[in-house]
Amino acid sequence: MHPAPSLIFFSTLSGLGLGLLAFLGLGLAPTEGLTGLIFFALAFALTGAGLLSSTLHLGHPERALKAFTQWRTSWLSREAWVAVAALSVMGLYALLAMPGLRLAPLGWLGALLCLGTVGSTAMIYAQLKTVPRWHQPTTPLLFLGYAITAGALLSGRVSWTVVLLIVMAALQVLAWRRGDAALAKSGTTTGTATGLGGRGRVRLFEPPHTGGNYLTREMVFRVGRKHRVTLRTLVLILAFALPALLLLLPFSHWLAAIAVVSHVVGMLAQRWLFFAEAEHAVGLYYGQSAA
Amino acid sequence: MTALPETTERKLGLVIDLDTCVGCHACVTACKGWNTQNYGAPLGDDDAYGAAPSGAFLNRIHSFEVQPDEGAAQTVHFPKSCLHCDDAPCVTVCPTGASYKRVEDGIVLVNETDCIGCGLCAWACPYGAREMDPIEGVMKKCTLCVDRIYNEALPEEDRVPACVRTCPAGARHFGDLADPDSDVSQLVAARGGMDLMPEQETKPVNKYLPPRPRDEIDVLAPFLERVDEGPKGFLGWLDRALERL
Amino acid sequence: MTTPKIDLHPKPGDRVAKTTCYMCACRCGIDVHLKKDAGGTERVAYIEGNRDHPVNRGVLCAKGSAGIMQHLSPARLRAPLKRTGPRGSGQFEEIGWDEALQMVTDRLGPLRKTAPEKLAFFTGRDQSQSFTSFWAQAYGTPNYAAHGGFCSVNMAAAGIYTMGGAFWEFGQPDWERTELFMIFGVAEDHDSNPIKMGLGRLKARGVKVIGVNPVRTGYNAVADEWVGITPGTDGLFILSLIHCLLRAGKIDLDYLARFTNAPVLVNEDPKSPEHGLLLTDDNGRALVMDRATGKPAAFDAKGVRPDLAGKLRRAGLTHRSVFHHIADRYLDRAYAPEVVGPSCGIAPERIEAIAAELAHAAFDKSFELDRAWTDFRGETHQSMRARPVSFHAMRGISAHSNGFQTARALHLLQILLGSVEAPGGFRFKPPYPKPATAHPKPHSGVTPGQPLDGPHLGFVQGPDDLCLKEDGSPARIDKAFTWENPMSAHGMMHMVISNAHAGDPYPIDTLFLYMANMAWNSSMSTGRVMEMLTDTDENGDYVIPNIIYSDAYSSEMVAYADLVLPDTTYLERHDCISLLDRPICEADAAADAIRWPVVEPDRDVRGFQSVLVDLGARLGLPGFVNDDGSAKYQDYADYMVNHERRPGVGPLAGWRVGEKGLTHGRGTPNAGQIDAYVANGGFWMEHVPENAQYFKPWNMAYQEWAVDIGLFDKATPYLFSLWSEPLRRFQLAAEGHGHRQPPDHLRARIKTTLDPLPIWYPPLEDGHADPVEYPIHALTQRPAAMYHSWGSQNAWLRQIHGHNPMYLPTELWEKHNFQEGDWARVTSQHGEITVPVAQQAALNRHTIWTWNAIGKRRGAWALDDDAPEAKKGFLLNHLIHELLPPKGDGLRWSNSDPVTGQAAWFDLRVKVEKVPAPKQSYPDTGRQGSPVGRGPHRVAQQVKP
Ligand SMILES: Nc1nc2c(c(=O)[nH]1)N[C@H]1C(S)=C(S)[C@@H](COP(=O)(O)OP(=O)(O)OC[C@H]3O[C@@H](n4cnc5c(=O)[nH]c(N)nc54)[C@H](O)[C@@H]3O)O[C@H]1N2
Ligand SMILES: Nc1nc2c(c(=O)[nH]1)N[C@H]1C(S)=C(S)[C@@H](COP(=O)(O)OP(=O)(O)OC[C@H]3O[C@@H](n4cnc5c(=O)[nH]c(N)nc54)[C@H](O)[C@@H]3O)O[C@H]1N2
Ligand code: SF4
Ligand code: SF4
Ligand code: SF4
Ligand code: SF4
Ligand code: SF4
Ligand SMILES: [Mo]
Repeated sequence: MHPAPSLIFFSTLSGLGLGLLAFLGLGLAPTEGLTGLIFFALAFALTGAGLLSSTLHLGHPERALKAFTQWRTSWLSREAWVAVAALSVMGLYALLAMPGLRLAPLGWLGALLCLGTVGSTAMIYAQLKTVPRWHQPTTPLLFLGYAITAGALLSGRVSWTVVLLIVMAALQVLAWRRGDAALAKSGTTTGTATGLGGRGRVRLFEPPHTGGNYLTREMVFRVGRKHRVTLRTLVLILAFALPALLLLLPFSHWLAAIAVVSHVVGMLAQRWLFFAEAEHAVGLYYGQSAA
Repeated sequence: MTALPETTERKLGLVIDLDTCVGCHACVTACKGWNTQNYGAPLGDDDAYGAAPSGAFLNRIHSFEVQPDEGAAQTVHFPKSCLHCDDAPCVTVCPTGASYKRVEDGIVLVNETDCIGCGLCAWACPYGAREMDPIEGVMKKCTLCVDRIYNEALPEEDRVPACVRTCPAGARHFGDLADPDSDVSQLVAARGGMDLMPEQETKPVNKYLPPRPRDEIDVLAPFLERVDEGPKGFLGWLDRALERL
Repeated sequence: MTTPKIDLHPKPGDRVAKTTCYMCACRCGIDVHLKKDAGGTERVAYIEGNRDHPVNRGVLCAKGSAGIMQHLSPARLRAPLKRTGPRGSGQFEEIGWDEALQMVTDRLGPLRKTAPEKLAFFTGRDQSQSFTSFWAQAYGTPNYAAHGGFCSVNMAAAGIYTMGGAFWEFGQPDWERTELFMIFGVAEDHDSNPIKMGLGRLKARGVKVIGVNPVRTGYNAVADEWVGITPGTDGLFILSLIHCLLRAGKIDLDYLARFTNAPVLVNEDPKSPEHGLLLTDDNGRALVMDRATGKPAAFDAKGVRPDLAGKLRRAGLTHRSVFHHIADRYLDRAYAPEVVGPSCGIAPERIEAIAAELAHAAFDKSFELDRAWTDFRGETHQSMRARPVSFHAMRGISAHSNGFQTARALHLLQILLGSVEAPGGFRFKPPYPKPATAHPKPHSGVTPGQPLDGPHLGFVQGPDDLCLKEDGSPARIDKAFTWENPMSAHGMMHMVISNAHAGDPYPIDTLFLYMANMAWNSSMSTGRVMEMLTDTDENGDYVIPNIIYSDAYSSEMVAYADLVLPDTTYLERHDCISLLDRPICEADAAADAIRWPVVEPDRDVRGFQSVLVDLGARLGLPGFVNDDGSAKYQDYADYMVNHERRPGVGPLAGWRVGEKGLTHGRGTPNAGQIDAYVANGGFWMEHVPENAQYFKPWNMAYQEWAVDIGLFDKATPYLFSLWSEPLRRFQLAAEGHGHRQPPDHLRARIKTTLDPLPIWYPPLEDGHADPVEYPIHALTQRPAAMYHSWGSQNAWLRQIHGHNPMYLPTELWEKHNFQEGDWARVTSQHGEITVPVAQQAALNRHTIWTWNAIGKRRGAWALDDDAPEAKKGFLLNHLIHELLPPKGDGLRWSNSDPVTGQAAWFDLRVKVEKVPAPKQSYPDTGRQGSPVGRGPHRVAQQVKP
């Protein structure tokens, strides 16, 4: 899939923001006074920027309200509802909490909605049978895990964070391994795509048009094997190893800040890979082969 | 709207004969021509005369090579447009309800005035049957020429999709696949019509007729017995044959 | 759940105008839907096929449906152009028509009075050759031809000399009745849609198709059996099939005896000046032995039963029938499958099996069609016997230097099976069948200020008909009808520029071209042609002094003209697709068609044919002016209606005026004729009566019908020429007989190649280019969705073919370790190109190929400079030369068929090397300015009221 910057920023930023909001909702981060304001502001800013960035992806953002209509079937529609609910509940919660009136149950509800939003976003990807690499239980787990880790990290829960980073690194490696096998396991091949598989080895001879089109730009993206290894290593180091190491050192705000930056950069790389590595079934019509 | 109908009254669709398609792209431009003037926004072309022209097309022809274990490789021209799936994932993912499947005939359509251009439906389609219009920013897809097949402004015989009407080789057939007696259903039965990517469980309505076996020798043609070796013998045979004329 | 309201009944337009497509030369009928835009102007909204039209019956190809984008192309020329920069630069100023026409008249008027041969007027693939040649003849220059010489004259000439008609678009398989169809070397052909429709009909009936082609795409992809032959060896393969059939006696003896010259006696007296010619009676009628009487008799005498095995002893010599010669030659082991198989790249068993299938279809699947008919001997046949096996072939055979004889071999095969004009076989379309002898002979008699002494092109019968001057030098600038290529029936357009540049056989003044991209894809060795067009002499003047060109679009050739006459698009002018020319007939019907302006041009352009009418009048050409010197025709439409070629016979056959009112075929002009065509959908059609639909060359019902509607003036039944006397006459001359003698260096070649019976010899380039150094054959194919160079200005079509990889067979691909995205240098004896490559498994292992004419020169066609057509696209033409490489005999041999002069595009041999990917394909032919600017960035073609 095309690693569209709008989508990478959307999922990274909103994951960070919603994770922090969840921690705020659960009362695991300071919610009162100026500190509270700074935390809430950061969380809302990240979430807001993420959501805004997602609308850049739309052909007709002015019709965005229509996206609320199909919650019964569409995860995107559900995401929209849950996100609005999460932001509203958390907004109210923040308004009350900052002056000191922290309504815990409201916060819990808000936290649930925040994680619900992240989960819905993940389900948009995970539901797609067409992208076997995404169509895995690891996809929602990863999204949620990243959001929770970000919440812990941003809210300064050092020991939680270290544990989460270790767990997430393992989960990430597992997701990659499963993902790498997913297309082959899905059973979709150029043979089934064309129905010609029973007759022999099938390969694309000529694409329909010599130039690119929406489909090839959007869904047929190839990452070189070399880049893949480098980037994955980078993700493991930046998103997990380095922050964990920094946090294990005696605490300093500077080190923590570097840990956050490192984690975010690692996360961006992870999201880039999340899209770029994902093989869409339609690639089989355009000369990609099922591993 | 994005819920799929339980069943549809009819299942209109195409049957595409891979044995006959010569890969001429006639159906591609006929489709572009009709759909540029009719249903919804015109099919746009970006950088039309430039370095990277890219436009919206609802129907495209791929060409594949098949290398059997033995014998020469085969070339198969492969037209592809929306298959109007019964379990159309493109419909259920749509957040706005712009994508829907018609109850009366099973045609999957995009209501362009509702479409926000999120592209999710195109992601959900395994076949690459949906393309975002580069100018209008709305999702375009094969309409099965819904504005031709019932169109009372057209003579009755023309109430077929533009691609079917134009196909010079007659490789495209249109009809009701829910009706076992329809021409298309009978073709599918006779020729072993197949689904693309059955494992994706989209239950496509459109069917593909596989190419007939290639490069087989006609077993009925008898081996040529020689009449007589050499020109001399041949002339002897000729005399005898001429006698019989 | 509610379903959104959608408009299920949109009207495609306000009005339908029915005319004829011209996105290629197939001439399908189109329904042009016109719609008024917001400003109330009628615009073209949608184009679809005309269901009533005999050619396409409603279908359209990719180009046809995309015609709207051609009609609206940003590359359309807008006004006459006068060159301001150097040739090739594309710098022009727009001028008015008066000035443009005055410039032409001022130049061509005086030239006509002094040296009319100094005008060379050559046209591309238009369909008004009967008109353009009429103009050229009136002007008085011998230097006129259309593009047939480099296109497919081998196919046309071999067919007409052998059987009085050819494949090309002049005949068709009996799609409804054939039981086996074999197609050689065809990608698209002129009959694009009819062939596709025919294949579809065969598929629907489950009839087997065998494709013979080094490349398995298109028709060969759907063929049930693919014969991936090595290029240039079809003749050998076909003669081997003939060998197998003869050896098994699977030939139609009755048909051969009745309808061909197989029973005709050959003069076998080696001392006679007529040695090898056919014996005739005192009236010049060919002699056969009559089986009824055992005596010689004229072939067409009433009741004669020609003896295939006939022999006649006369003056101590035995004269034997043609059939004896056929048996002698083709039963030879040299043609046995096991001998020819390796050269052709076909397993011997496969050749045997295909021969068996042909025989099975022709004889075991034969049936009688219940239609009585009477032949030219007066014998009535109660039924028509089917030979349901049919063939088609095109440039894969004809664009080789052995193409004429290969096409002859294929016709011999068809005829031995008795399938030509039999039900289920191959059938002619009117005005064919028409034997070579019924065609004109070429004329080249020049008298300053006077018309030429006859039509330029035609069918020579022997050395006497060559176009040579008194001193034996060529009379024509293209050297057509000379000893080098005596039977060049369509002229040799590909030689014009190089001969004019060399001043050989004489210099010319004005090169007047119409609708041919000669500075680009139409020429061999494109880069060199560009140099010749821009070359100057010691005074700095152009070596070819004056170039006038008519095009409708900003093509490469436009940049090389001094004066450009902008044509309209095909929807804006009158055209005539005439029985005098290349009509739209079907085997069952005579038909012709028109184009008419369905919209008015929005630019200062004029239909070129109307411009020629105007120029004809300004120059005072006979046929274009009345006795008082006034213009005879207002425009081309006027000419179409009122011109009469022979009394009662004009460009259009429909709705003429007869004695009892409107009639078809023969009749006087009818002022309402064009309106009648428009009302009838743009065409006229008259069916051949049922009993006249088969065996047409010998069927008196057909002959009489053809005379009736004016195809010819008297019945002309004839025999198929398995033995071709015109060829033999040239051989005789080469052997030293007769007063006109070939130059010595050509004698041996004429003796071998102009054999009266089909032969095979290796493509001539094989004898010049070292097959070890250049082991690979390189070909082009027509893409179905592009017409030569013009498709690239079409926003829809150029997305399908924006550049063209060179396809390499797997073996070669792996040998050089090519990967996707790689480039190669391809080198011939003449040059090299550097191009992107791609792999193809279903390809002859010694062959590479690419799509034809996708590459474009930067700046042409209103495209961006970095358009893929210019950056990655390429022409194979740079590797092909109109002359063969020198082989040390001090002579330059032309890269053409030695019989017809057909350009041997497909003889090319190359080698391939992998190179690092460059930024663009090479050679770089530079950039030309665009007189029309650049196309818009975004297009969304919709007519909104
Ligand atoms: N769409 C489209 N249609 C066209 C045209 C066009 O540009 N585009 N051009 C028109 C014109 S001007 C012409 S002349 C006709 C030409 O019509 P075709 O003759 O069909 O055209 P080519 O593409 O030259 O096809 C030659 C075919 O012969 C094969 N071939 C080459 N060498 C050999 C050989 O030695 N043996 C055999 N058996 N096959 C061989 C090639 O692979 C190719 O398939 O098409 C006309 N129709
Ligand atoms: N390598 C290789 N080269 C080949 C061939 C091959 O097989 N291989 N095939 C050869 C053959 S058979 C042919 S026929 C030639 C074809 O080659 P060309 O005859 O050069 O064909 P086009 O590129 O179509 O060029 C015709 C010109 O006519 C112009 N034109 C189009 N419509 C109109 C109109 O309505 N009016 C006027 N006045 N002009 C118009 C176009 O803009 C274009 O400039 O190519 C030859 N070249
Ligand atoms: S028009 Fe028909 S033959 Fe041509 S590509 Fe389309 S389906 Fe195939
Ligand atoms: S082919 Fe694709 S777009 Fe069409 S219905 Fe099926 S899933 Fe949807
Ligand atoms: S692009 Fe349009 S049709 Fe597709 S899912 Fe989004 S809103 Fe629905
Ligand atoms: S049915 Fe209509 S919209 Fe669909 S591919 Fe054919 S022409 Fe295009
Ligand atoms: S074959 Fe295509 S381009 Fe040629 S005349 Fe017919 S529709 Fe037009
Ligand atoms: Mo041609």
